[in-house]
Amino acid sequence: MVAALVLMPLLGALAAGFFGRLLGDRGAQIVTSGLLVASAVLSWIVFFDVALGHQAAYKVQLATWMSSGALQVDWALRVDALTAVMLVVVNTVSALVHIYSVGYMAEDPHVPRFQAYLSLFTFAMLMLVTADNLVQTFFGWEGVGLASYLLIGFWYKKPSANAAAIKAFVVNRVGDFGFAIGIFAIFFVFGSVSYDTIFAAAPAVAGKTFNFLGYDLDIMTTICLLLFIGCCGKSAQLGLHTWLPDAMEGPTPVSALIHAATMVTAGVFLVARCSPLFELAPVALQVVTVVGASTAFFAATVGLVQTDIKRVIAYSTCSQLGYMFFAAGVGAYEASIFHLFTHAFFKALLFLGAGSVIHAMHHEQDMRHMGGLWRHIKFTYAVMWIGSLALAGIPLFAGYFSKDTILEVAYAAHSGPGTYAFWLGSAAAAMTAFYSWRLLFMTFHGKARWAGHGHDDHGHAHTPHESPLTMTVPLALLALGAALAGMIFYDNFVGNLREVFWAGSIHVAAGNHVLEEAHHVPEWAKLLPLVLSLGGILVAFWFYILRPRLPVALAETNPLLYRFLLNKWYFDELYDFIFVRPAFALGRLFWKGGDGRVIDGLGPDGVSARVLDLARRAARLQTGYVYHYAFAMLIGVAALVTWYVYRIGVTS
Amino acid sequence: MTAALSNDLVLAIPELILAIGAMALLLLGAFRGEGAAGLVNWAAVGVLALAAWATLAGTGEAPRLAFSRLFVVDDFARFMKLLVLLGAALTLPMARSFMARAGAERFEFGVLVLLATLGMLVMISANDLITLYVGLELQSLALYVLAAFLRDDAKSTEAGLKYFVLGALSSGMLLYGASLIYGFSGTTNFVDLAATLGHGDGTGPAIGVVVGIVFLSAGLAFKVSAVPFHMWTPDVYEGAPTPVTAFFAAAPKVAAMALFVRTMISPLGDLAPQWQQIIVFMAVASMLLGAFAAIGQSNLKRLLAYSSIGHVGYALVGLAAGGLQGVRGVLVYMAIYMVMTLGSFGCLLAMRRGGQMVERVDELGGLSRTNPMLAFVLAALMFSLAGIPPLAGFFAKYFVFVAAIDAGLVVLSVIGMLASVVSGFYYLRVVKVMYFDDAVGPLDRPIPLPVRLVVTASGLLTVLYFIVPAPLLVSAEAAAKSLMP
Repeated sequence: MVAALVLMPLLGALAAGFFGRLLGDRGAQIVTSGLLVASAVLSWIVFFDVALGHQAAYKVQLATWMSSGALQVDWALRVDALTAVMLVVVNTVSALVHIYSVGYMAEDPHVPRFQAYLSLFTFAMLMLVTADNLVQTFFGWEGVGLASYLLIGFWYKKPSANAAAIKAFVVNRVGDFGFAIGIFAIFFVFGSVSYDTIFAAAPAVAGKTFNFLGYDLDIMTTICLLLFIGCCGKSAQLGLHTWLPDAMEGPTPVSALIHAATMVTAGVFLVARCSPLFELAPVALQVVTVVGASTAFFAATVGLVQTDIKRVIAYSTCSQLGYMFFAAGVGAYEASIFHLFTHAFFKALLFLGAGSVIHAMHHEQDMRHMGGLWRHIKFTYAVMWIGSLALAGIPLFAGYFSKDTILEVAYAAHSGPGTYAFWLGSAAAAMTAFYSWRLLFMTFHGKARWAGHGHDDHGHAHTPHESPLTMTVPLALLALGAALAGMIFYDNFVGNLREVFWAGSIHVAAGNHVLEEAHHVPEWAKLLPLVLSLGGILVAFWFYILRPRLPVALAETNPLLYRFLLNKWYFDELYDFIFVRPAFALGRLFWKGGDGRVIDGLGPDGVSARVLDLARRAARLQTGYVYHYAFAMLIGVAALVTWYVYRIGVTS
Repeated sequence: MTAALSNDLVLAIPELILAIGAMALLLLGAFRGEGAAGLVNWAAVGVLALAAWATLAGTGEAPRLAFSRLFVVDDFARFMKLLVLLGAALTLPMARSFMARAGAERFEFGVLVLLATLGMLVMISANDLITLYVGLELQSLALYVLAAFLRDDAKSTEAGLKYFVLGALSSGMLLYGASLIYGFSGTTNFVDLAATLGHGDGTGPAIGVVVGIVFLSAGLAFKVSAVPFHMWTPDVYEGAPTPVTAFFAAAPKVAAMALFVRTMISPLGDLAPQWQQIIVFMAVASMLLGAFAAIGQSNLKRLLAYSSIGHVGYALVGLAAGGLQGVRGVLVYMAIYMVMTLGSFGCLLAMRRGGQMVERVDELGGLSRTNPMLAFVLAALMFSLAGIPPLAGFFAKYFVFVAAIDAGLVVLSVIGMLASVVSGFYYLRVVKVMYFDDAVGPLDRPIPLPVRLVVTASGLLTVLYFIVPAPLLVSAEAAAKSLMP
């Protein structure tokens, strides 16, 4: 069943990718969506069996991939509670996005290709979450990277989309490099890449060091930090986050599936999967906490001032991923996965809702050119409210349960990084609420600013229109998840049932009771996030409904701060200056100077030019005059005789 | 008739067949007039076949001397004679349609080829400087006339004249070298020469002998067209009628190489340290010139002329290596080279457009579409000449280079391989023009049957040689062994 579940999306991808023309647009949509829905149903069955039904975790051995000396890598599917949760998240969102795309991409000329990429991505993501060893994880990890690259650059005629695709690929390469070295280090230390073997052997290695370049490094800390670098790349954490906002160049369903619900959470998943390792590396965990909390805060500040509707949500994603990481960093992996789970629903909902807005506005993404839309697209308006309520963590909605748990565990950690995370996380919560309602108000309320803007002249009615059924049904289902997922699963994920639910798939060290303690934090710490969120909403209401001139005035009085935030803390400019331009300069030096002048000049070009020279000269020797020929013969004989006479004279 | 004489004559039966055949056909032609050309041509092929059959007698026996040790018959001679006879026998039928179209269908052609071949057989069996010279001159004189066979064609007569003048000069050098050797050693016989020169008093050979060897090799190098005695080759190959060029590139080259190898290995074998440097120099110069000068050529016959200079260079690599392996390499090389070159000239003879011979590279444009089979064979031959595996030409090069490396001539081998890379350029250019350039137009049909047969056979041999390489290797090995002291 698991094998079928994983391979069905691949089948869909191959069918739509290679036989797209044969199937036609409709055929490709039906095949890929149908297979994905089937796969999603199977995932829920697995989830009920393994996670809720407490069936024992099991493995499905498919084949041996590599066998070389000590290195033994299998194709094997590992099914435990953690995998089951991820399967549900990935396949549910993916199936809904597949269906949603039918409506969203209706006018696109390359529908089969799009569906094929979506299914290919899903396959790779499933390989990632079901992997039984690090190499297979890496396969899925790279597979989702590839699919992400292909989908960001899906509209390949758009230069900005190509640039964004390349940026995503290159930045991820930095992270993947760390991940790869981490895998090498693990193989070096444990002699295996299989999770079971590594986890079993890890406690024995804790606290030991190995020598690298003359430094004695703590083994577990080093390995976990290397793995975390990989996670930073994939999950857009501070430093390697720059690709995620640009990735919004891709079609919106892609943003919802890959850059909100699933792929970017792969880093969080990997930390949880490797919890037996991270539990042994307290220093690495502190780094994870600090980086996560900083990202949560940083991304939220940038989200305050963005005007592109998708970018706001992108920074929000970045920020929420930060929450997940610092939850894991203080040892509450369950809370982190719980937030991943709820976040998948409400963030996919927000993205798809934004997609519905964009669809209604005929591909206008700038919120300054929207406004007053709620009258025209009431359904979208409603689901966006639900998504925002969930994101802001308003009680009873999904985000409330997961986000508050995270902030509580951060407080309960009673450590320096934990406190840091608690305060930054709380501040980010206020900002999250603010920008969410800023988005709602700018898009749906106020004056309609879209007359004369954004509407390309392709013959549509000029009033925004509600999306077709294929788009609204997925929205409705996701809205259901965003509203209820937290309430339903709270006990299982982080509540009293958590130990039987996870059944050891997440390892928590014996002394780690942070989730337990989270239930006993002071009341003010429990209420603080909620109060801040409500405050954020009120400020947004004040700024964008009551006194619309105020934000502009505020931006004008604080130009430095405003520009700093608008330009995303100048990360892109900094990277451009430090890495990109020197890399280009170096590349140009090697290309023009090294390759062009030295290698080509001395190599192919130079040699061929000399050959032609020689050929011309050799041909010129042939004058056609007999006496020249005779002369050449005599010269030859004379030279040979001279050579011999000289040589004999020398030797005797 | 004494037993000794009859014994001698038995050994020379192939030569006798050719001599008698040539004279009989001359008489036939003289009596029947021009109309006998076709008959003489086919009869000459028959004579060559008969001689080849006679050559096979006694295969595997120990070398035998005849005519007061002037003449030797061993497996080496048999191997080379068969190649020469094959080369001659294949050119004759191919020449007929060409000569008929050129209005030069004369019976003398067959007779001259027979006489030239007779000269070659004598060269191959020469065991004395005198025999060597007589055979060489008999061959050369016939060849001069053949080069100028199209009497009304300026280029053909120019080719004949150039060949004659330069050939006379080379003969002079050869004779001068022979007389020096005779003067310093007191003998012209190969067996005695080997004995005299082999037992030096430790001071090495006299300087006169060495100078003699230089002159002798210069004369022989002229015949195989090794650099710097190659200058006649492009002009003569281009000017001579195409079937004659095909004959030049095949039979005389093999015969001259056989003579070269025998002279160097058998009487002068012990002076190898002396002559090896000459051969190395000629090999390097030939390979490089063959590779570089051909690049600028647009005439296919000229291109093949430079190609033949280059291939002689590769064969000389085997001679420079010496020993059983080296000689075997030369023999294999010459056999494969002859097949390839006959095939290439066969392709040239097959191509005629609007009554004109196709001789320029750019006239081959789009041949793959108008004549796919011919283009395929020519492409295979070009790849083979360039030495691309698994075609026959690769193995030819492989064996000489292996011999050279085993003999310690690593630098020579490396130069050879680099030259072969450069030469790949012009071989592949022919392929490129045929397969990728715009079509010039269809060729005249039909292609004469003998030409088609030769082209097909050489194409098959070249492409499929790697399946059964053993027979050639085994016989070449036996032939090389018979030459070793």
